[in-house]
Amino acid sequence: MKYDVIVIGGGHAGCEACLATSRLKKKTLLITGNKNNIADMPCNPSIGGPAKGIVVREIDALGGEMGKNTDKSLLQMKLLNTKKGPAVRALRAQADKITYKKEMLKTLESQQNLSILEAMAEDLIVDNGKISGVVLENGEKIYSKALIITTGTYLKGMVLYGSHKVSSGPHDERPSLHLSDALKRLGFTIKRLKTGTPPRIKKSSIDYSKAVIQPGDPNLYTFSFSMKPQYKVDEQIPCYLIYTTEKTHKIIKDNLKKSSMYGGYVEGVGPRYCPSIEDKIVKFADKERHQIFLEPESIYYDDIYIQGFSTSMPHDVQIEMVHSLPGLEHAEIVKYAYAIEYDAIDSKQLKPTLETKLVENLYTAGQINGTSGYEEAAGQGLIAGINAARKLDGKEALILKRNESYIGVLIDDLVTKGVMDPYRLLTSRAEYRLLLRNDNADIRLTNYGREIGLINEEQYSIFEKKLKDIELLKNKLKSIRLTPKDDINKYLESLNSARLYDSITLYDLLKRPEIEYENIERYVDEKFSFDVIEQVVINIKYEGYIAKANKEAEKMLDYEKIKINDTIDYNKVPNLAKEAAQKLNEIRPVSIGQALRISGVNPADISMLLLYIKRNYNE
Amino acid sequence: MDDVIVAISTALGKGAISIVRLSGKGSIELVNKVFKGKDLTKVESHTINYGFITYNDELIDEVLVSVMQSPKTYTKEDIVEINCHGGIATTNKILEIMMLNGARLAEPGEFTKRAFLNGRIDLVEAEAVMDLINSKTERARAVALNNLEGRLTSIIREFRQELLELLANIEVNIDYPEYEDIEEVTVSDIKNKISQMKDRLNEIISESETRKIIRDGINVAIVGRPNVGKSSILNRLIGQNKAIVTDIAGTTRDVVEGSITLNGIVLNFIDTAGIRETSDIVEKYGVERSIEEINRADLIILVLNNNEKITKEDMKLLNLLDSKKYIAVINKKDLSRKINIEKLNLKNLIYTDTVSSDGVEELKKKIIELFNLDEIEQNDYEIFTNTRQITLAKECLEILRDVEKAVNDNMFVDMIEIDIKRIWTKLGEILGENYSDELINQLFSQFCLGK
Repeated sequence: MKYDVIVIGGGHAGCEACLATSRLKKKTLLITGNKNNIADMPCNPSIGGPAKGIVVREIDALGGEMGKNTDKSLLQMKLLNTKKGPAVRALRAQADKITYKKEMLKTLESQQNLSILEAMAEDLIVDNGKISGVVLENGEKIYSKALIITTGTYLKGMVLYGSHKVSSGPHDERPSLHLSDALKRLGFTIKRLKTGTPPRIKKSSIDYSKAVIQPGDPNLYTFSFSMKPQYKVDEQIPCYLIYTTEKTHKIIKDNLKKSSMYGGYVEGVGPRYCPSIEDKIVKFADKERHQIFLEPESIYYDDIYIQGFSTSMPHDVQIEMVHSLPGLEHAEIVKYAYAIEYDAIDSKQLKPTLETKLVENLYTAGQINGTSGYEEAAGQGLIAGINAARKLDGKEALILKRNESYIGVLIDDLVTKGVMDPYRLLTSRAEYRLLLRNDNADIRLTNYGREIGLINEEQYSIFEKKLKDIELLKNKLKSIRLTPKDDINKYLESLNSARLYDSITLYDLLKRPEIEYENIERYVDEKFSFDVIEQVVINIKYEGYIAKANKEAEKMLDYEKIKINDTIDYNKVPNLAKEAAQKLNEIRPVSIGQALRISGVNPADISMLLLYIKRNYNE
Repeated sequence: MDDVIVAISTALGKGAISIVRLSGKGSIELVNKVFKGKDLTKVESHTINYGFITYNDELIDEVLVSVMQSPKTYTKEDIVEINCHGGIATTNKILEIMMLNGARLAEPGEFTKRAFLNGRIDLVEAEAVMDLINSKTERARAVALNNLEGRLTSIIREFRQELLELLANIEVNIDYPEYEDIEEVTVSDIKNKISQMKDRLNEIISESETRKIIRDGINVAIVGRPNVGKSSILNRLIGQNKAIVTDIAGTTRDVVEGSITLNGIVLNFIDTAGIRETSDIVEKYGVERSIEEINRADLIILVLNNNEKITKEDMKLLNLLDSKKYIAVINKKDLSRKINIEKLNLKNLIYTDTVSSDGVEELKKKIIELFNLDEIEQNDYEIFTNTRQITLAKECLEILRDVEKAVNDNMFVDMIEIDIKRIWTKLGEILGENYSDELINQLFSQFCLGK
């Protein structure tokens, strides 16, 4: 049996990857250890959040599935950072873990060109530096032209709590014991990473009277640009906020050495951005309390996720810890918290297409690349899938730039800087985040999705209509003028806005910080949808800042345009600092722009490199 | 850049010893070829070795040779220093021997250039070394040395650190919107920090601009109608016997008529085309020419004749002085007063009589007063010393003003942050830690790379 593409692993990266390739008409096989565990959310029940929520929208604009699947399984939706500027707003959903898996499996099963196989992949078949298939546990060989590995935390997965250390994937799933050895044999650097998850408790055993309710947003939102909201505002399920107590801190301090982490049982490096409660208490000893959120996992079962309480303490200590929390005095633990260690590759061994440098047509995406988070995984899976398919078709790869998407930032960081601890996307990683907004992900990326072939006619026509309306509204605002008449001036003064002495267009009036679209809507003779208005208003109000960001981005693009020949030997570039030469040889940047972002390569090195390129390649 | 460079690194003259310095891969081997003594390629790094420099088996000089292997050297390359007996003949002979054996005579500042390109020193430090080499007076040397020690560097680092903390706090607020553990940065937090920084930077910049003259000197233009006594005043200022009268046609732009040092600051008298002329220069070259000269000068000395009424030409010149630093010299005060300047509201009036030198000291005092030359002596020198730095610092100041405006407009904190980040980047460019065109241009122009 021969496939175009095999995807190993059915997590968030694997789902996007196999959907992308099969939708691009590549005969695809998804190999998963357990079909019922496809698209599982083994940690928190939420999708989105700052930066991550924007990634979900980018995935949707490119033709991926995560946004739509989340919209189908919402328990609650929130637009975050509404009191801040438009650049940092982001959606976050509480998704029903059961519905999410069910809906994704339904999509996969109804997808043409896609088959699913329950099996464990043990080895890779490589011919002349090119991938040609996979060997299963039972010795069966399956061949393919391209292969995408999205194994999450399953490579030599090791679950830890206290001094216990058990070879396992999440929720007692079977770990993959041999695949990382196969990668090692091929020359990949294998590193050990760690992550963790908090305990789940029985909802009925919680006294919510001591908690602060955190309801969903009063406005309806969707991640997907082509979906209608599938939920009702007042049917959203709330989360709850509580705080750790003095007692909690004492229990943790007294038992610190019993935790896997502080007892020295963990080899892997954990994520800085998502610390365990032990870490928080040790590193921020002066903080009297920490926030803890109680989040629903599903309407089909009773588990409540204790956000902010991940730990690797032994079970008896976990019980004590949970019982020290207000309202949880009698809480019943359904699933204990644990830390999990797993193998990952060095992401510097990847090209910006997510193809490995060592083996042609072999791609990796998700936690195997050192990232953390469902959204980061899905974004990579989608890009790996798109690029695997495009390479088989002899088409140009899709490499998103740092000024056009968070996914581009993520992948560029991975392949240029590598990771020390599990990588999480943050808005601060994006230097042009004003351009990478939640509201304009479709405008940035839909055309790519369309060109690639993942955006269908219907979705595209929604997008085209939006663009047309944006132009229309902009032109209207530019042509409608207010004159300094008494009633208009009175109205403006009532809004604490200065009187008019000359006529002014609505466009210019909107530039005043105190004037919102609602205030001038009465002068516009046509109704526009919220997202059209939002787009136009943001572009008017923040014109100056957006222009600055674009200018900065152009500077970066100029450096990006100076390509570095693939055959360059950095040891031959005169006067390059040793560290720089070594880093450049390792990463082999495709452009001066990328070289600039490598840590340890300083401006003097860049000038030497430029000089060398000029001498040896351009003349 | 792979070659060995050589230079005499002490002043040529009658000193007791001179040092010939070589840098580059192969410099140890190169010296070893002509050295009689230990095998220099086998001695330990950072040792001083006694022996002789020979040429065609002839002993040239008894020397001490310091061998310093890469990378712990000034240029991060192999460096050899030959301590030879002073005297032009011997030192030059040794230099010549080195060149005959394959070393290339270093360009001015080339050791420093290598130190910079090899990452030994940062751009500010490199610039300071260049300034040091080019500095004309003791005081300029003091400023350059100060930069070399990184005092300016540390102030900018401090700024950047403060900004970084602010940025980090804002970013945390964005990425962890629901966490109360971290205080929310408010517009007024930004306001305080930014206005402090703005004031400080403003201070340093205006200091720098005044002090730029420490290095470059003050360009003084003496203007006035013919025969009012411009050349006499010039001669009185620079001392008659020192008066240099150049006569290079067409090179007026850069011609300095002469210079003096006043309180340690160089005053360059730039050619004002007319000092030497006897014909009516204002009419001949027109006001256009005068504008150009006035624009180039840091100080204008306008000479008027006490014995004549103000003319149309005088008025033309006076109108040009509006925004400039100027001193109005009423010359020929010994003659009867006919000048009618009461209504002109002239600042910095000095009366002189160039025949008896009367008033010339007063004129010098006025210059000292106008440029705070006294004060310069007492202050610390924490300033930007070159145009690239000043330009970048001014750009920072500009953005700081934008930030203040945005704060007053109640703009979102995360929007304002975009500008704060730009300031942080620009300050990095001053240090040469952030890459920019500015920097590469600087590199290519100052260090003439690419040859």
